[in-house]
Amino acid sequence: MEFKNEVIALLAEICQDDVVKENPDIDLFTSGLLDSFGTVELLVQAEERFNILIPITEFDRESWNTPNNIANLLADRR
Amino acid sequence: MTPYGSFTFFFIIAILLAPTIILGLRGKRFHTYNMLATIAALGLIFSSSLNQALALILFTIWQVLLIRLYIHYRKQSNSNAIFYTAVFLSILPLAISKLLPYFSDINVIGFLGISYLTFKGTQIIMEIRDGLIKKEPPLAKLLYFILFFPTISSGPIDRYRRFEKELETEISGNDYKQFLYDGINKIFLGFLYKYIIGYSINHFFIANLRFIAHSQFQHHLYYMYAYSLYLFFDFAGYSAFAIGVSYIMGIKSPENFNKPFISRNIKDFWNRWHLSLSFWFRDYVYMRFVFWMTKKKWIKNRNIVSNLGYILLFLIMGFWHGLEIQYILYGIYHALLMVLYNSFERFNKKHKWWPNNKFTHVAAIIITFHFICFGFYIFSGQLFQKGV
Repeated sequence: MEFKNEVIALLAEICQDDVVKENPDIDLFTSGLLDSFGTVELLVQAEERFNILIPITEFDRESWNTPNNIANLLADRR
Repeated sequence: MTPYGSFTFFFIIAILLAPTIILGLRGKRFHTYNMLATIAALGLIFSSSLNQALALILFTIWQVLLIRLYIHYRKQSNSNAIFYTAVFLSILPLAISKLLPYFSDINVIGFLGISYLTFKGTQIIMEIRDGLIKKEPPLAKLLYFILFFPTISSGPIDRYRRFEKELETEISGNDYKQFLYDGINKIFLGFLYKYIIGYSINHFFIANLRFIAHSQFQHHLYYMYAYSLYLFFDFAGYSAFAIGVSYIMGIKSPENFNKPFISRNIKDFWNRWHLSLSFWFRDYVYMRFVFWMTKKKWIKNRNIVSNLGYILLFLIMGFWHGLEIQYILYGIYHALLMVLYNSFERFNKKHKWWPNNKFTHVAAIIITFHFICFGFYIFSGQLFQKGV
């Protein structure tokens, strides 16, 4: 649970919007909160903060779309 | 024979795919037959030019060898230099085929579709590097992916892992009915777009512009909007054919267009126009560049990194379209729009200068539309033609 909160806090930082904390099931891409640049920041931070390496090409916007899904997918890769 | 270029082509494809449809409706596996049908269709498409057929074969052998060698190497080691060399070698045939016409009258390396097939090869090299393609792709599947005939001439550009997954999915007779229905639907949408709307714009309006327009300025202005619409209907129509035929063969090729003329801004536009190309550049050029710059921390300013990424992306996209001046300018124009929009977006996030409501939404679509059309006007080369 703690890890999940850390991921969501990181997303709030990257998106510069606390709505990801209030609504962790929001689609980050259709809502315009996250773009390609933000995605790269997320991947770099995931490596630096959590030591989880995700290749850019593995990140697809269909499954890595909401804060909850991203947190779960990252948790699987710890 | 040009793919989807004549009634004869559609007629022959219909006969060629009749066994596919029968097998599909009975829920039988049909990919082996489809591979054979692809060889027959390629024979048909390239029958008019032995030279091009040969170039295609050599190109394919080159890409397959490169992929095999690189995957063998990658299992043991992972040096940057080898990776960049592999990417360079994968793009080399395309680069030579674009440069050669400036030095020689005969182009022995180029063939219809080389620009699009190169994306498929390069993409596999990059995914091997990322460790996403670990096992050596079976030769038949790899060849089928590269040479898949419905999309050979102008895309959509598919991705290997997606394509392979679909090849392995069992399609029941009932599922196939939906594939067939969607496929035929798309093909008829293609007829409407390319051969009714696109053709009419070109034949009745653009071809008669000198009688319709009263001045040079009017001529260019009308041409700009008409050409933009024509380009969309022509290319979206072609894409609908390619995707429709893919569906009939049990492969859901990715979409290429999503109502590009209702884009709210230039970023939105590139998520709606020629998607398989812009997503390719997004994933394999822009994001890789930004990732690399962010990790190396050479440039601290995030906006400069992002803008440099856009400039790189659109310059390459321009050169990819061709080395003519209009394509390079088209790339620069879009790079500029993206950089400007990026600044505007940041400014607006802070100051909330442009409110978000129904009225501004419509206004944004109208403004974006004109910017897009001007881009296509550059792309058309009309600016550089004399004696219009």
